[in-house]
Amino acid sequence: MPSIVIWCQQQFEILICLILWLITKSYSNSIPITFCVNKTVHAYLYSTLPQAANFQCFSSLRHDDLKEMLDSNKDSLKLEAMKRIVAMIARGKNTSDLFPAVVKNVACKNIEVKKLVYVYLVRYAEEQQDLALLSISTFQRGLKDPNQLIRASALRVLSSIRVTIIVPIMMLAIKEAASDMSPYVRKTAAHAIPKLYSLDPEQKDQLIEVIEKLLADKTTLVAGSVVMAFEEVCPERIDLIHKNYRKLCNLLIDVEEWGQVVIINMLTRYARTQFLNPNMNGSDKTFYGSDEDEDEEEEEEKDKKPYVMDPDHRLLLRNTKPLLQSRNAAVVMAVAQLYFHLAPKAEVGVIAKALVRLLRSHRFTEVFVLSSCRYVSQGMFEPYLKSFYIRSTDPTQIKVLKLEVLTNLANETNISTILREFQTYIKSMDKDFVAATIQAIGRCATNIGEVRDTCLNGLVQLLSNRDELVVAESVVVIKKLLQMQPEKHSDIIKHMAKLTDNIQVPMARASILWLIGEYCEHVPKIAPDVLRKMAKSFTNEEDIVKLQIINLAAKLYLTNSKQTKLLTQYVLNLAKYDQNYDIRDRARFIRQLIVPTEKSGALSKYAKKLFLALKPAPVLESPFKDRDHFQLGSLSHLLNAKAGGYQELPDWPEAAPDPSVRNVEVKDSVRAVGTVIYRDTGSDSASGSESGSGIEESGSGSESEESEEGSESEEEEEEEKEKDKKKKKKELKKKCLILHFVCRYIKYVLNSHANMYRPFLHLLLCLQTISPSSALKSYEMLHRITGEGLSVEYCFSRQPFSPDANMVAVQMQFTNNATSDTKNLHMEDVKLQSGMRVKEFPEIELLPAGEMVTAVMGIDFCDSTQAANFQLCTHTRKFFVSIQPPVGELMRPVFLTENEFKKEQGQLMGMNEITEKITLDVKCRNEHSIVQRVITAANLSRVPCGSDKECRFAGRTVTSSSLVLVTVATKEEGAAKLTINCEKMVIGTMLVKDILLALTQ
Amino acid sequence: MIHSLFLINASGDIFLEKHWKSVVSRSVCDYFFEAQERATEPENVPPVIPTPHHYLISVLRHRIYFVAVIQSEVPPLFVIEFLHRVVDTFQDYFGVCTEAAIKDNVVVVYELLEEMLDNGFPLATESNILKELIKPPTILRTMVNTITGSTNVGEQLPTGQLSVVPWRRTGVKYTNNEAYFDVVEEIDAIIDKSGSTITAEIQGVIDACVKLTGMPDLTLSFMNPRLLDDVSFHPCVRFKRWEAERILSFIPPDGNFRLLSYHVSSQNLVAIPVYIKHNITFREGSSQGRFDLTLGPKQTMGKAVESVLVSSQLPRGVLNANLNPSQGTYTFDPVTKMLSWDVGKINPQKLPSLKGTMSLQAGASKPDENPTINIQLKIQQMAISGLKVNRLDMYGEKYKPFKGIKYMTKAGKFQVRT
Repeated sequence: MPSIVIWCQQQFEILICLILWLITKSYSNSIPITFCVNKTVHAYLYSTLPQAANFQCFSSLRHDDLKEMLDSNKDSLKLEAMKRIVAMIARGKNTSDLFPAVVKNVACKNIEVKKLVYVYLVRYAEEQQDLALLSISTFQRGLKDPNQLIRASALRVLSSIRVTIIVPIMMLAIKEAASDMSPYVRKTAAHAIPKLYSLDPEQKDQLIEVIEKLLADKTTLVAGSVVMAFEEVCPERIDLIHKNYRKLCNLLIDVEEWGQVVIINMLTRYARTQFLNPNMNGSDKTFYGSDEDEDEEEEEEKDKKPYVMDPDHRLLLRNTKPLLQSRNAAVVMAVAQLYFHLAPKAEVGVIAKALVRLLRSHRFTEVFVLSSCRYVSQGMFEPYLKSFYIRSTDPTQIKVLKLEVLTNLANETNISTILREFQTYIKSMDKDFVAATIQAIGRCATNIGEVRDTCLNGLVQLLSNRDELVVAESVVVIKKLLQMQPEKHSDIIKHMAKLTDNIQVPMARASILWLIGEYCEHVPKIAPDVLRKMAKSFTNEEDIVKLQIINLAAKLYLTNSKQTKLLTQYVLNLAKYDQNYDIRDRARFIRQLIVPTEKSGALSKYAKKLFLALKPAPVLESPFKDRDHFQLGSLSHLLNAKAGGYQELPDWPEAAPDPSVRNVEVKDSVRAVGTVIYRDTGSDSASGSESGSGIEESGSGSESEESEEGSESEEEEEEEKEKDKKKKKKELKKKCLILHFVCRYIKYVLNSHANMYRPFLHLLLCLQTISPSSALKSYEMLHRITGEGLSVEYCFSRQPFSPDANMVAVQMQFTNNATSDTKNLHMEDVKLQSGMRVKEFPEIELLPAGEMVTAVMGIDFCDSTQAANFQLCTHTRKFFVSIQPPVGELMRPVFLTENEFKKEQGQLMGMNEITEKITLDVKCRNEHSIVQRVITAANLSRVPCGSDKECRFAGRTVTSSSLVLVTVATKEEGAAKLTINCEKMVIGTMLVKDILLALTQ
Repeated sequence: MIHSLFLINASGDIFLEKHWKSVVSRSVCDYFFEAQERATEPENVPPVIPTPHHYLISVLRHRIYFVAVIQSEVPPLFVIEFLHRVVDTFQDYFGVCTEAAIKDNVVVVYELLEEMLDNGFPLATESNILKELIKPPTILRTMVNTITGSTNVGEQLPTGQLSVVPWRRTGVKYTNNEAYFDVVEEIDAIIDKSGSTITAEIQGVIDACVKLTGMPDLTLSFMNPRLLDDVSFHPCVRFKRWEAERILSFIPPDGNFRLLSYHVSSQNLVAIPVYIKHNITFREGSSQGRFDLTLGPKQTMGKAVESVLVSSQLPRGVLNANLNPSQGTYTFDPVTKMLSWDVGKINPQKLPSLKGTMSLQAGASKPDENPTINIQLKIQQMAISGLKVNRLDMYGEKYKPFKGIKYMTKAGKFQVRT
């Protein structure tokens, strides 16, 4: 089929004739024509062509061409067609007649064509529901694709097709995707939830199930999207959040920015329902200031129940604070509103700095931040006063907002600076802004009594300004100010009376007349004269001025009827025939009221009281008040009207709901790194505190036994009564004994059948090395005096540190001996020798007074005895502490058989062998005590040995896994030979010293 | 959240529309036009316009209005910030963000918008991820595409979104490994009549251009980190490390990005690099005014002040100005009454000045306001706050990168009241 392509660039008048001619031609010949016309021609065509058949054929013909391209089997043609279609969609042209031709290409191999088809599909599916169904099977196939990105994109498009028939398919797809392995697909599933909900709200219950499931997701990728879905589908189901609250708080910092905003807004609402108002005690005293404060507080209010912030509340505040430093203004604003609504008063101040920083970003952001600032202003922004100064280049919108903030910030101390600043604004060229400034001055003057006179004088000076607008605005403001203390200012009133000759602005004239009428006693001579002038010009005045003239006349008639009787009559007569019937009404009413006639009723007696009653002074208020009930930073707040879907910010509850709903059972994997805080439920939660993540099956059993004991021995310390203590000790001893016997038995069995029972040897190893915790030597890290009540002890727990096998596990025990709580225990500023690494313990949020907490950290010492130095920080103090390992702790026990031991020893001769002759301590001459002492000194395991004259031990250094072999050969009369074979000579020499010391003392 | 987006040019044509949910008729923009008419200047269009069924949130950049249509409660800053991100992305892709550029690349624009929002909620806004999904058009690629018919859409499916470092694309390779950092500071100041500073603040940014192979882990330390008291970071910066050691530690995104921006508030002492002696007077009764302006350097630590541009909005009564600059050129627009003087470099030995007379409307009374003077300037090789980068280290990769740092000071909103 022939086709004609026309390019027209210039001279379009001629071309249009040509085109029109061609259209008619082609209509009969059905030759497809492609018009590549530029925009002006296009517009011209639109306007000139009759909207009849001609143009219809014009567009459908073009589409025919596109259809053909779409039907071709060349990808490049298809792509070109799709590009043009998308360009048409972008311009808002209707291309729905191409739907069948486009949908055919949904399974196209070319990825770009496919994408553009998706774009088209999502746009038009709603209009062409039946045809859209043709594409569904493609997406269903996509949902099963092994590539996660294809699965995700299929779900994305499928859920974007707004066709009600496929709701069940979508539901199924979402459910499946919600348990997909890939977090990216799960994220897409979360996105799809609100889409389905808007399509069919009846699916709500099922969707909530999916949301609940996704809320439990631990990846940051999903968190933001699912909270978004939660907000759209079921914001009222706050109970779904409980279990995920802490997780969300902790993940927050790693979530992408947009998700952060949504999560923070949701958590604000959540916190409002779950926690107590931190400011409820009414006193502005900070409860979280220094420790001394807290102590005093407690002493004073012992009988009252002092407010203690829920640790979860604190967690939220603490975890959101760093986000004030986000580059995204929306995130900063979200945190600011969170602090504004949730934080104790003393802490809200931190948001000021961040908000002031936002002022420098794009202009609309500035408008918005400013309009939020004016509600928060009280005092918080005072240090940043100068950041709100106005530049002549600011748009009026911003000028007015800044003025608003400045006025709110004004107080006794800074008012003089602010007024000086205002003075320069009055000289501005922007007259609207000048008027706003004058109003602002008026507001400052009413709020701060000290400067009222200064302001008034300043405003009076403005009365001689050349610009009428300025004068008028000043008059209005002066009127309001004078009402406060009229008697002092009769000269100002006189001055203003003079102004009536010049000022033309009706509002100002009306204000002056009212003022003179109201205070006519202060200006008895001038008032009648003003009335005279006004009577003269009455007919030419504006309505508002006329009303005030009548008012003035009435008042003068009542106070000074001798002079003004005739004038009043005259004015009232003029008013009687006025065009405006308000004025006629007023005149009639006033005449009846003030002029005594026979018919006049009882009211005229009271006329004076009616007119000259003492009027209360006006309160000058910002036009933007009473928005407190909306959540700061929300759309509703900005507009001061409830927007659709706005979630009310609930009031604080009277009593805190049960905080335990947020408790989550800690899984093993978490616990391995985690700390155990005993405050929760007492001893129950203490059991099974830390365990290795079960590298050896048999090991775990014994470990839990150990930790039970550990916890008991700790409990023991907590117990105060002597009796109980003794009882416990007895029990403990009993257990030890049993353990000991078990060991003995197993050892016996093993020694005879070493290889057969190899797995059991690990058990033995554990039982032996992990002897009751009392055997673990603990070291002091922080004394309770230097630590101001906080004491820290650490010991090497000799358990594998599961997050990193190359690290030595250090178990720390924090005891709070002080009377106040310690918060936010964490590590900072770790200083290490090169190569050393530290896995910090998770931050301990709260350590209540008198309580004790343990935490485990891992340190890779690099097989050296260099100390790890760091700072231990609480919410108030920092302490420099260090952990120095004895050489014996730098190894972990390994099990070797006697033969293996000998073989290894044979390879570690010469330089690697250190021998020392020793005399054993008197108490330490039997096999058992030797083993005991060596194992206490170094983390080694015993190697079974045929002769009872020799004890052998083996281990490997933690970092480099070099073998450490120890042999103690006893001779007569306490003489013995200690041999150590180790690749690392330094370790060897040091270990010799330590063991020597252990055996001889 | 965001329902639709309309792009409107300065003459009021809607030249692009995109819908993420059901289609919203473009007639909704009539409310916007109405508000636009009511506002005297384009800057005064209110950012949020309520209509009976929707809310319009708009942003004006590069003389294009980006109007987002929303239906229900959403934090307005969320939308505003997102719209800015869209503009930034366009700028990143096409070099400029103009109507012509958008129209030329309408398909890419559409693909971008499709990726950036899903159902109105932001999906991928990191430029590194977007560039993996949709390759930016370059002249070479456009040529190749027209010849071979290949596409702009990435051949491989992107993985960046899935990685642990969501802002950096994977598999980056360069032959020259370079990392450049620009410390740019802007001074915002108001100077009063007598030359004393009313308020002065510094707004600083560190823009980076990092082209490094693999997954480098960079640390940047400062000589005087105390200055950085009020900072905001790119998400890649490890906040904990900054808190503890005042060191910026980060895995950078590939290409250009803003590492951090900081603010030195008016409470600190800020050096002012120039001073102005001015004498602008109008005499009562005469139709002449005197105009006398002299510029001089001050507190510049020996660095030259360059690209100085002085502009001032003269009062409405001024008809014309007859001035004589000692260097540079000046223009006066009698319609807008805008006087601008392109000074160039300030020579401390021979201070630039602009002197002459202004003619006023005959018979009109003397204007009672004095114009304010706006100044733009540039100082190379200096950050006025005194911020200095100490060193940049790289971990995680073996090669030795080329490192560069540049300092620059500019005047932001620098105003002198007369």
